[in-house]
Amino acid sequence: MEILNDYGIVLALAGAVLAALIPGMASAKAVSMGGIAGAGVITEDPAQFGKVLILQLLPGTQGIYGLLIAFITLSQIGILGGEGDISFVKGALYFAACLPMIIVGYTSAVRQANASVASIGVVAKKPDQFGKAMIFPAMVETYAILALLISMLAVNGVSGLSI
Amino acid sequence: MRKENKSEITDKQYIYAVARIRSKELSLISKSDIEQLMSCKTEIECLRYLADKGWGKEGTHTSDQILASEREKTWELLKELVEDISVFNTFLYGNDYHNLKAAIKQIYKGTNNPNIYLSNSTIDPNIIIKAVTERDFSLLPEHMREVAEEAYQIQLHTGDSQLCDLVLDKAALDSIYSHGKASGNELISQYVELKVAAANINIAIRSVKTGKDEEFLQRSLAECESLNKSKLIQSALEGMEAIYEYLLTTDYSDALPALKESSQAFERWCDNRIVEYIRPQKYNPFTLSPLAAYLLARENEIKTVRILLSGKRNDISDDIIRERLREMYV
Repeated sequence: MEILNDYGIVLALAGAVLAALIPGMASAKAVSMGGIAGAGVITEDPAQFGKVLILQLLPGTQGIYGLLIAFITLSQIGILGGEGDISFVKGALYFAACLPMIIVGYTSAVRQANASVASIGVVAKKPDQFGKAMIFPAMVETYAILALLISMLAVNGVSGLSI
Repeated sequence: MRKENKSEITDKQYIYAVARIRSKELSLISKSDIEQLMSCKTEIECLRYLADKGWGKEGTHTSDQILASEREKTWELLKELVEDISVFNTFLYGNDYHNLKAAIKQIYKGTNNPNIYLSNSTIDPNIIIKAVTERDFSLLPEHMREVAEEAYQIQLHTGDSQLCDLVLDKAALDSIYSHGKASGNELISQYVELKVAAANINIAIRSVKTGKDEEFLQRSLAECESLNKSKLIQSALEGMEAIYEYLLTTDYSDALPALKESSQAFERWCDNRIVEYIRPQKYNPFTLSPLAAYLLARENEIKTVRILLSGKRNDISDDIIRERLREMYV
């Protein structure tokens, strides 16, 4: 068990790294999908640039949320601040705390990209319906925010545990 | 292998192409445009209206030139949108076989009229002409080689143009069908199914009217899933009523009133059914289907405008023109 405790920090760091990595990758892919669709619309109607840009950026937030969770975790585990002495169990708890953001961040970014691409199609045909079109991908954001919230509370909660 | 498949799927989402098509759909001819065209008194007025909609290009004056330029524009756009245009070969094979037919006839008769060849095809018409002239059918794609030689020999030795056409028409249907089904695209698959079934129904009906025998039907009808070839042949041999009775048991029972009316009415029914198939693609942001839908919608509007212009040119009453018009995609 003593030996395992040396690896607590590894688990915690793995959680932080994956929180930055996975939603970041998904957001990059998602924003790229939006960009490709946006470029298609702009080719035909450059006046829609502002509207499609907003729709393109919507699925980019998961990467930012993941970065935030990674940053908070790193600042709790002694890498960017906080106590450096992390037991195996505590490290595992940090890892678990990052999981909502890792998993939901990935899935919601990809799905939000699909909704954004569809909404960019709406803007292409009916630019005056931009407000309504934006709501559809924005709804997917709800779940990324919920995951961010629970990961943030969990990381902060774990830091207060004496285990 | 799994990774390759996944990346292939992502590449084939056609996100850029579909987004551009969404913008392009705004300039498709709508029902209200058709009403505007109908309210024009003459063909010239219609052409003016179409020119205002952006139809035609510099140097196109007659309706045929304008319609041809619109078809060209559609293919130019599709070539720009997809990396590999062969995904649309299903829609071009018919033109290849038309060109092959024309080449065989021209060479048999010793004439030379370059205007009868269609430009939108998978093979350059000059290669087809060369293949037929030099009897080197290896220049043609595999699916055409054998049948091109067979049709050429028939034309050369029997002079029977009808039999030559029959062989090539059947081969065209077979190629369209197999390529469409192999595409893995649901819309293209539905399109080829309807195209081949409609051709089979037309052949069966014509064969009853002209008293053709079983051998003719066996050689002319192409295989497809929605019609049983042997049952259709049997019905055609029994007569028109038997064909109608058989069709009642198929997906084409709705077409019976149109079939009983005229072949033009049946053609209109088929075109309207294609529009029915493609309409859901207006809301699909991914895959090849919206592009195929756009192509079919353009073909449909070109056909509809052609009917309308021809009606105006020949002073046909508005009621009769309206009966012939197709449903529009937008």
